Amino acid sequence: MGSWRLYVAVAAGGFRRYATYRAATAAGVFTNTVFGLILVYTYLALWDEKPQLGGYDQAQAVTFVWLGQALLAALAIGGGGFEDELMERIRSGDVAVDLYRPADLQLWWLAADVGRALFQLLGRGVVPFVFGSLFFPVALPREVSVWAAFLVTLLLAMLVGFALRYLVALSAFWLLDGTGVTQMAWLAGLFCSGMLLPLNVFPGALGEVVRALPWSSLLQAPADVLLGEADPLGTYLFQASWAVALLALGRLAQSAATRRVVVQGG
Amino acid sequence: MAEMAKTTRTTQADPVTGAEASAFIELDGVEKVFDVRKKTGFLKRERRQVRAVDGLSFTVSRGEMVGYIGPNGAGKSTTIKMLTGILTPSGGRLRVAGIDPSRERTRLAHRIGVVFGQRTTLWWDLPLIDSYRLMHRMYRIPDARYRENLDRCVELLQLAELLDVPVRQLSLGQRMRGDIAAALLHDPEVLYLDEPTIGLDVVSKAKVRGFLRDLNAECGTTVLLTTHDLQDIEQLCSRVMVIDHGRLMYDGALDGLHEAGESERTLVVDLERELPPIDAPEPARVVRVEGPRQWLAFPASASAAGLVARIAAEYPLVDLSVREPDIESVIAKMYAERAGA
Repeated sequence: MGSWRLYVAVAAGGFRRYATYRAATAAGVFTNTVFGLILVYTYLALWDEKPQLGGYDQAQAVTFVWLGQALLAALAIGGGGFEDELMERIRSGDVAVDLYRPADLQLWWLAADVGRALFQLLGRGVVPFVFGSLFFPVALPREVSVWAAFLVTLLLAMLVGFALRYLVALSAFWLLDGTGVTQMAWLAGLFCSGMLLPLNVFPGALGEVVRALPWSSLLQAPADVLLGEADPLGTYLFQASWAVALLALGRLAQSAATRRVVVQGG
Repeated sequence: MAEMAKTTRTTQADPVTGAEASAFIELDGVEKVFDVRKKTGFLKRERRQVRAVDGLSFTVSRGEMVGYIGPNGAGKSTTIKMLTGILTPSGGRLRVAGIDPSRERTRLAHRIGVVFGQRTTLWWDLPLIDSYRLMHRMYRIPDARYRENLDRCVELLQLAELLDVPVRQLSLGQRMRGDIAAALLHDPEVLYLDEPTIGLDVVSKAKVRGFLRDLNAECGTTVLLTTHDLQDIEQLCSRVMVIDHGRLMYDGALDGLHEAGESERTLVVDLERELPPIDAPEPARVVRVEGPRQWLAFPASASAAGLVARIAAEYPLVDLSVREPDIESVIAKMYAERAGA
């Protein structure tokens, strides 16, 4: 095929595009650290009252907070991924340029988003995580194999995150103004990924449901593998199933959009 | 690029369609109908069909440079989108290089270049050269060919100092030249240009036009150009197609537009004193009177001599001049007639 070189180039471009905005990266690091501090003190108070809440001890809960702050930008859980750009291109009609190219729309944006995610993992994720690990009691694994398994779950989380946001972005072909959909996706992402509170804290049926939804692949799944609370293989299977299903759905939406929907603008 | 282009031609020419050499772009009764839903009340919607392109037929031969003009909403961009394969025609037959664009969009994409004047294919945040490296991979251009084409474009479009500048910092004219280069790195056989000089200053326009003229002359690249700037057409295209309401209204040489548009010349007459409108022989008629000066319109195809002789014989003539119709007013008249019809 040889087309992998194109998508590697797209991913590299995605990485460098975000790398050019250094002030924004620094501001992001600061924000993630501050939010981490607020959440950590909240969690510390909570776990003082209820030790072993959701099966985590206090160190695990603190680790969960800093992991969440490290992944927030990379997985674009609170927005800020490629989807805003793609929606704007659909609205303005610039997507015509993307469509006449000899490249696949979904793979193109996937590559660009993986490039972005890798930059934000390194540029925005590492500093808050190291800061948290230095100043708070955390529970980090010593085995390299656990870290390796964690990295695999991160990669799968990137795929699921992309697939979800690709569906959100494509809605612009039908809705033109995707603000409402974006906000709902953003809320669902924050709540159902475990960014506000770990999903294993959620009680009863609600807990069962949110843990089965695709958003739990984003933060809860990698966190449980890192904290040694979940079996890596089962987690891979869960994440990969959602990734395949959502990417396939995105592909269906894409072919429906490009076949039937008008490309805007003259 | 001339030699390279030739080798591309021979290797890529489709042996199945031998007729390709004569008709590179073929449209036969092409239609594009859009369904427009209009809200007419609470939950009530009315469906209406809009014919953006309505039975369009034309052919363009290899190496031709054709101007494609029409008012806003005439169907120009819809045609271009169908030619690139991103819109599927609702009816009719459409072929580019023997390929059905909407069915084999990706295969066709390797053989065409597109520049949308109001959009960019360049990576906004990154240096210009990064976008070219991406084209290199996207069109799988052999390394030597890529370097040769890039060098040529950089030289002719004066891009040397811009390669390391992020695209967002380029001026409109610089960005346009950058976009044109991006569309040509893979040696396309046909180049679609959608308003390539829009918003450019006089110097930038001249640069872009000069480059396109050379490209067409040296490489034999087929060019289809849509524009609102008739100077683009006058300076570049031997053939012009006028489209309105999705239909072809004129297809031929630029000069022929005058006849087709029933354009008129104007005779400006200065008399000794203020007089009532001159009693001119048909089909000439007075269109304006201002003091001793009068304006008479007559068909561009008719001679002015008889009219001048008659006026000189019957009126106290001081001075006169004949004004040729300009192409813009001819086309404006065509559009207006069509809208009134």
